[in-house]
Amino acid sequence: MKAIVTVTGKDKVGIIAETSAECSKRNANIVDISQTVMREFFAMIMLVDLEGLNCDFKTFADEMQSLGKDKGVDIRVMHEDIFNSMHRI
Amino acid sequence: MLNINDVLETVRMIREENLDIRTVTMGISLFDCISDDPERLMQKIYDKVTGSAKDLVKVCEDLERTYGIPIVNKRISVTPVSYVGSSMMRDGYVRIAQTLDKACRELGVNFIGGYSAHVQKGAIRGASELIESIPEALSVTERVCSSINVATTKAGINMDAVRRMGEIIKDTAYATRDRDSIGCAKLVVFSNIPEDNPFMAGAVHGIGEPDTVINVGVSGPGVVAAAIREAGQCDFSELAETIKKIAFKITRVGQLIATEAAARLGVPYGIVDLSLAPTPAAGDSVAEILENMGLECTGTHGTTAALALLNDAVKKGGVMASGHVGGLSGAFIPVSEDRGMISAASKGILTLEKLEAMTAVCSVGLDMFAVPGDTSAATISGIIADEISIGVVNNKTTAVRVIPVYGKTVGDTCEFGGLLGYAPIMKLHSESCESFIKRGGRIPAPIHSLKN
Repeated sequence: MKAIVTVTGKDKVGIIAETSAECSKRNANIVDISQTVMREFFAMIMLVDLEGLNCDFKTFADEMQSLGKDKGVDIRVMHEDIFNSMHRI
Repeated sequence: MLNINDVLETVRMIREENLDIRTVTMGISLFDCISDDPERLMQKIYDKVTGSAKDLVKVCEDLERTYGIPIVNKRISVTPVSYVGSSMMRDGYVRIAQTLDKACRELGVNFIGGYSAHVQKGAIRGASELIESIPEALSVTERVCSSINVATTKAGINMDAVRRMGEIIKDTAYATRDRDSIGCAKLVVFSNIPEDNPFMAGAVHGIGEPDTVINVGVSGPGVVAAAIREAGQCDFSELAETIKKIAFKITRVGQLIATEAAARLGVPYGIVDLSLAPTPAAGDSVAEILENMGLECTGTHGTTAALALLNDAVKKGGVMASGHVGGLSGAFIPVSEDRGMISAASKGILTLEKLEAMTAVCSVGLDMFAVPGDTSAATISGIIADEISIGVVNNKTTAVRVIPVYGKTVGDTCEFGGLLGYAPIMKLHSESCESFIKRGGRIPAPIHSLKN
């Protein structure tokens, strides 16, 4: 399955690197990245392929969420289909 | 790759605007449990419910994690119990209620609906016994919900049942007097009851349904309120368009969860209920939507028009987003469960008369409103008769969930807790309708030509 990782919060050095490192640790393959910075507000979305994940989805999502907490940003991992359903006819 | 703004919009809806799946409700037929041996009947009901729904909570929790959307309630509806226990007497029905309650506790399900009877033309013996058992059944159980259908557009209104339900509601209020008469929050009187409604207290698993089925109720008043706020001072066409677009998005999530839950549980997907269901939480209010349209306070002039526009646009947007739509589908206006409605009722701007008018253009009916504990049974029957007439004449579902809070009067507030919320006691007319109600018999079905 593919999931979307969203990272939102105040912009700071190293957010992309640390999120990517976490993905790499869990063998989540980053397929695409898009990001934007509005004033000091940072938003990034990553499309990740979880076929080769070396842990279960819950563990991966929980670890990403706690990484976000440590860094003072909001990180969520959600199945891509919720976005596809909502925004594509 | 998805557009970043679309992704962020979804995340914002969930994180800041209280978008959630309000309920995943599994409908379970109990027809194959019927037995004239009470012990066997109870065992079969318990086994069928706990067996069919054994994975319901777990699957819903997995879906919450995978898709990142909260599923607030996991619920069950069953075949109207009056049919299943038709050989039982009143105490047998109470035992069925306790059996259902126990099964729910075991499963971690928060409500079970279907302690119900259809009596629009008259009551079979079992239905009469079930109705008589309601005060006790709802006072000795926590999670069982009861609904009685007293009218349909084709059958007219069973006024004997309306009269009796006024008394039963009073008795239920008394039986649960130590908890602000909360039993009445689990009891609803219907006209034209739907057979696939996933929402409580009126969920039943209709007799034309499959053996088991998954129905989903979506929510999201906060999302609609935010979209209207963002749209600013646009005209009504644009306002309707804004609501349709957002209702489409909300409903698509419901459709996704419904099909996924059904697939994982190995049961058919039934319907998505296109509903805007409020909670007492801040930013989760249908009244706030109406106020964002330009009303100073819900209940003032213009409220019915605003609600009519909202309800219609929600349906139009939602219908395209879902393969099968059913249940109650529309905006809910329960007083105690909506912070804006509570505030409007507390200020005396939202009166019962206005609430009744609002129910003519939206989903369900007079819902979760509290009245003085010394209100007579006949007056409650009069309130029911009025509301049910709106449903019967307009060929729609209407319902009454009224709480005559024992020991409280106008100026007091009652507290139900959780999603059931809190409410001010609303003022009623003191003039009697007893002579009208005690006539008994049936109000004939309305004519559906010569429309004016």
